[in-house]
Amino acid sequence: MTMSDYLSATLLITGAIFFLAGTLGLLRFPDVYTRLHALTKADNVGLGLTIAGVAVQAESWAVVGKLLLIWVLVLLAGASVAHLIARGAQHRGIHLWKR
Amino acid sequence: METITLLAWAFDSLLGLGLLWLAWQSLASPDLFKAIVLFFAFGLLMALAWVRLEAPDIALAEVAIGAGLTSALLLAVLAKLRATEINDDTTEPLENVEQTFRSFQWFPTVILLLVVAGLSYTVLSLPPYATGLSAEINTNIENSGVRNPATAVLLNFRAYDTLLEMLVLLIALLGVWSLNGAVLQSKTAPGLVLDTLSRLLAPMLILVAAYLLWVGAHASGGAFQAGSILGAAGVLLLLAGWRLRPALTALPLRLMLVAGPAAFIAMAVFTMMIEGQLLEYPKQYAGILILFLEIAATLSIGTTLVALFLGGRPSNNFPSNDFPSKDEEHK
Repeated sequence: MTMSDYLSATLLITGAIFFLAGTLGLLRFPDVYTRLHALTKADNVGLGLTIAGVAVQAESWAVVGKLLLIWVLVLLAGASVAHLIARGAQHRGIHLWKR
Repeated sequence: METITLLAWAFDSLLGLGLLWLAWQSLASPDLFKAIVLFFAFGLLMALAWVRLEAPDIALAEVAIGAGLTSALLLAVLAKLRATEINDDTTEPLENVEQTFRSFQWFPTVILLLVVAGLSYTVLSLPPYATGLSAEINTNIENSGVRNPATAVLLNFRAYDTLLEMLVLLIALLGVWSLNGAVLQSKTAPGLVLDTLSRLLAPMLILVAAYLLWVGAHASGGAFQAGSILGAAGVLLLLAGWRLRPALTALPLRLMLVAGPAAFIAMAVFTMMIEGQLLEYPKQYAGILILFLEIAATLSIGTTLVALFLGGRPSNNFPSNDFPSKDEEHK
């Protein structure tokens, strides 16, 4: 294993931890809004770290560009879809969870 | 290396079991919305399975058409179903239908069992070791005009399969159009975020479709993948409230729908006259002819998928101002 292998392994594992946290939040949080929060925040960073981990191994800058494009597109789609779901939930009259 | 094989084996088993579980959950779920979401997850895992089988072309098609657009179609159908359920006060006919369905349940069961038996027989009677046709394709690929084996098969060696697939898509749309002329109506305005997203993503999706079409000549990609990306762009625009002007939904839309099949049929007749064989291209022009066919096919596939999502024949007689329509000129 070279230095870059260690680097991408660290990034990938950290990313996986974020995905795990997001999934835990999706399963355990009390209402749709908090679940969305857990999912989008954790997945955005998780995917970013995963992409960074893969990009370290990329053969050319073109591949790095494609990977970054994937991340940006998922960020865009994820944020918009989270907004749409939250808006739909609000339209349906689902109240915010209060302790 | 031993641990790597073990890991791959564990991953594949998990994937296979997950697929079976998702398929069963999707079929058994009484909540239709949940069933569709599970079906979508099934499609994504299925694409992963295709990647594991080293078939990235099929994985791309599966994720775009099998998971993405089919789920969008199913969700559109569900929205229509709910709309009719709210309008219908009487639920009795539905129960009658269900009873009739129950008494006829043995019929699909028998058909399914026959299909399973036939498939099992075929799989079991396959030779245990076969090289397939990849060697033959590799020796002939220089004559095909492209360098991607999947595209060579789809657009050259077995081009008439693709011709028939195009026709199947067109006939499916004709079936939908003959069922009703109503058009999907959105009750709520799309909102700023969806509007902005559609403006940002639509050009990018068109670019990605063009890239997939072009790259299909030497790597994974091709007309169906590109067409389904175009279709996704169209669905996004429809969801964001964009509509074509009635002038464009009349003849131009229909021309786009038949462009692919028409190009294929014209090419078939042309090659019959030149080479004496259906869809056998003259060798030196094979690449450019395939590109031409793929462009026409991509446009038709994308348009057909969007039209299927719309779920009804766009009328060409009266201006449809019933739903929120947006024109570039009004903005």
